[in-house]
Amino acid sequence: MVQNLQITASAPDPALLDLPWDIPLEEWPDSVLAALPRGISRHIVRFVRLSGRVIAIKEIGESVAYREYELLRQLSRLDVPSVVPVGVITGRSDANGERLEAVLITEHLQFSLPYRALFSQALQPDTATRLIDALAVLLVRLHLIGFYWGDVSLSNTLFRRDAETFAAYLVDAETGDLHRELSPGQRSYDVDLARTNIIGELMDLSAGELLDEDIDEILVGDALVARYNELWDALTNAETFASDERWRVAARIERLNNLGFDVGELAITTDIDGTTVQIQPKVVDAGHHARRLLRLTGLDVQENQARRLLNDLDSYRAAAERQNDDEEFVAHDWLSGVFEPTIQAVPRDLRRKLQPAQLFHEILDHRWFISEKAGRDIPMPEATASYVENVLRHRPDEKAILGLAPGEVDRQE
Amino acid sequence: MATVTFDHATRLYPGTERPAVDQLNLHIEDGEFLVLVGPSGCGKSTSLRMLAGLEDVNGGHIFIGDRDVTDVQPKDRDIAMVFQNYALYPHMSVADNMGFALKIAGTPKADIRQRVEEAAKILDLTEYLDRKPKALSGGQRQRVAMGRAIVRQPQVFLMDEPLSNLDAKLRVQTRTQIASLQRRLGVTTVYVTHDQTEALTMGDRIAVLKDGLLQQVGTPRDMYDTPANVFVAGFIGSPAMNLGTFTVNNGLAEVGPARIPLEREVAAKITDADKGKITLGFRPEALEVTSQANESAFPVEVNIVEELGSDAFVYGTLKGDLATNADIHSGAGDNQIIVRVDPRNVPAKGERIYVAIRPGNTHIFSTATGLRLS
Repeated sequence: MVQNLQITASAPDPALLDLPWDIPLEEWPDSVLAALPRGISRHIVRFVRLSGRVIAIKEIGESVAYREYELLRQLSRLDVPSVVPVGVITGRSDANGERLEAVLITEHLQFSLPYRALFSQALQPDTATRLIDALAVLLVRLHLIGFYWGDVSLSNTLFRRDAETFAAYLVDAETGDLHRELSPGQRSYDVDLARTNIIGELMDLSAGELLDEDIDEILVGDALVARYNELWDALTNAETFASDERWRVAARIERLNNLGFDVGELAITTDIDGTTVQIQPKVVDAGHHARRLLRLTGLDVQENQARRLLNDLDSYRAAAERQNDDEEFVAHDWLSGVFEPTIQAVPRDLRRKLQPAQLFHEILDHRWFISEKAGRDIPMPEATASYVENVLRHRPDEKAILGLAPGEVDRQE
Repeated sequence: MATVTFDHATRLYPGTERPAVDQLNLHIEDGEFLVLVGPSGCGKSTSLRMLAGLEDVNGGHIFIGDRDVTDVQPKDRDIAMVFQNYALYPHMSVADNMGFALKIAGTPKADIRQRVEEAAKILDLTEYLDRKPKALSGGQRQRVAMGRAIVRQPQVFLMDEPLSNLDAKLRVQTRTQIASLQRRLGVTTVYVTHDQTEALTMGDRIAVLKDGLLQQVGTPRDMYDTPANVFVAGFIGSPAMNLGTFTVNNGLAEVGPARIPLEREVAAKITDADKGKITLGFRPEALEVTSQANESAFPVEVNIVEELGSDAFVYGTLKGDLATNADIHSGAGDNQIIVRVDPRNVPAKGERIYVAIRPGNTHIFSTATGLRLS
């Protein structure tokens, strides 16, 4: 049967044509699949190896596929943490000429972890809290740019380690809509839906005995609402104070920076007699530390990893007594003298287990831990060697959680 | 259960000049299945989202029953967006999948079980209640998703293009299920679609919107038999109605070589603004193949014949004298006329056939206003 495939993609990979588009996705042979854990989806989703990377393929109605593709492109342009769309393929038919569903292809997010994988690994007792924090930050960022998600859930999110915490990425924009600005009704509905979905997902893990018995699903759901509201208020509320308390303007900016946000614009209004001042952030960009690190070193990492790396850079600067040197020069020396040698000291085959910035963060942690134990300052090379032997070797590979045969993975659609 | 009333409800997006929904007046009866239909950008989804509380209402009011909900938060409106979330949880039983939202709301266990069992009975899922979703077919999973909304016992169900992400087979199947289920439950339902077939097959009544304005509301039969204007005439029905603008001379519309007499009261409604023209609509099945001798017959050159087994449709071009004066549209595009023909006696491509409109089957519209004259 001749296929009449139409591929819509900004940079189509010719290898896409070699995939078995004439077979329903559900029946694709294991030989083309990448064994990655799948989340709960209403559609059939498969991960496939292609030209040395992994892509996610989702079977979905044609108009919905194009719509989601466009939305994901817009979100990428707006710098929202979301999966990168690869393209849409339509015009599929099987050997008997029966029409097959269109597919949306996205890039698999390297080093990302679906929440089910995080829970089943029984990482740390407060994993749930940290995931919820990450999701609250993502939801606030999306709402700030006017994106109504419509189906917020842990399943529609992927998580990447970010130092001690996680950074959340949107992976499913099917029900989403980009507006100029969201109404309070849209925001509250999105948050309410998130709460319901998260509690449902945790109840499901609990039914499958994958959740710590001490976790109260409803409390976790409520925590998301509380975190979201707290963050939203911190970022958008107007603050009023007497005109002789101008230091409050700087304090507000610092507080937002500490939350990881940059203030693009601040509206300052005074009342007629000038006795009170009102300030309200207008444009708030996330990634304050990540952007500073990128500017200084070219390293593009998560917000909390950046914060950690910047702390190390600052202490390097202090230790070398170079406070008066240009920050860029010190950063360059730190990168070539500390960061890169540390990463290169990790054996190549183990390096792929974690992102470099996460590796560095964990080595710093490890150094602190063994230094305290030894009662002396352990130098970086020694700490790195100890970390590799005692920690990293025993960690699962997170570049892509492999090792699961496709048959063992949830076949749930 | 409740009625729903849009009272001059208006949504104007900031920075735009034309309202997305302009002074919508619509009353939906208790237990009614109303379908909002129209092309993309017509305001149908915006109207639904205004009812759901997801869009601000800039003017007018919205009532659920006697309660003015214009400024009420979405979660306090006692409505359910059906199919909003239909990913099923693999480790939970079908019963838990249906009832988990009630559990979150703190509903007592016995009540949850009772409501789930009632819903399962209506949905033919009783025997699956204690199984895992894995054991269900695609259609059954859809029904579990409906069950989630049903157990909440809302006043109104809202559905926004719920079938758009299903494959073609499941779409037809689910369409029938939703319609019959809604009738059994008797819950007031507002359903949004861009697909007029879906609207015709599902709704008790249909409201057609275009450019934020309500064009017509009525039963599927009303919409089909007496479209209020040219837009509704062309939008409802598949294949679409043929619509042509013709010159009127002495009370006769000049359709190619044919002269079609207009009734006196219709001709009297033609104004200066119509510039001596009239718009006629005739459905493909309102045409009969006849002979050249018939005075009201006009020639159509066959471009293509579409055979569907029980039916066959000719897509052709109007020919003959004055044919070039006419401005004809149909679902097949400009200058195309669609004719239903006897599937056992189809003309060949390139052939010229003569067709006439069956008496009483012409829809007449003002060319200037697009409004129905007769």
